[in-house]
Amino acid sequence: MIRLTHEPIDIPALLQAVNSPQAGAAVLFLGTTREFTHGRQTAWLDYECYPAMAEKKLAELESQARARWPIVECGIVHRLGKVELGEASVAIAVSTAHRRDAFEAGQWLIDTLKAVVPIWKKENWADGSTEWVHPGVSPTSRPPE
Amino acid sequence: MKIEVKLFAAARQYAGAESVEIELPDGATPADLRQALVARFPEAQGILRHAMFAADMDFVNDDDPLPSEAEIACIPPVSGG
Repeated sequence: MIRLTHEPIDIPALLQAVNSPQAGAAVLFLGTTREFTHGRQTAWLDYECYPAMAEKKLAELESQARARWPIVECGIVHRLGKVELGEASVAIAVSTAHRRDAFEAGQWLIDTLKAVVPIWKKENWADGSTEWVHPGVSPTSRPPE
Repeated sequence: MKIEVKLFAAARQYAGAESVEIELPDGATPADLRQALVARFPEAQGILRHAMFAADMDFVNDDDPLPSEAEIACIPPVSGG
């Protein structure tokens, strides 16, 4: 199950969606909005995506994970728009018969999501400045505020 | 061929538009498109040099020709999660 949403993520509903009598383990990963990054204070984050491609890539990740691990149920939800401090921007839940597969699949899903799915976050710093986050691009080449 | 390129995040911010039209010779590659975008938006060259390109929602190798009828997008380094 794949979802992009502007609403807060319903975490109990996501866990319920992966619950199954065939599973002996369910692993939940939450990526949450951190207040301080290298000492700099965040006020909130904004997320945008390339919707059609983000949905396609998320669905491919689910298929690839299912091919690699014996997954019973899998749910991936990512927020768009404004995400406040402490709120989850991404939630991944995986259920499997045994815990090792659930941990491994969950870790692979979040690592791969962060590398290939066309979603971007914008830091809204507490000092009022903003900055799109593009890993590997030096800060001097970022756009003027 | 005329290509409409979708732009996102800082690339969109630099260009001040959600897409731009770029004229390229037939058979042009993502590498050619990147060069044309850098020429149009020199201040964005840092991000464009690190960007990949997608055709119809799949990443394209830098040296493969861009399909002329496809939806083309510039994908700067992603930061979801």
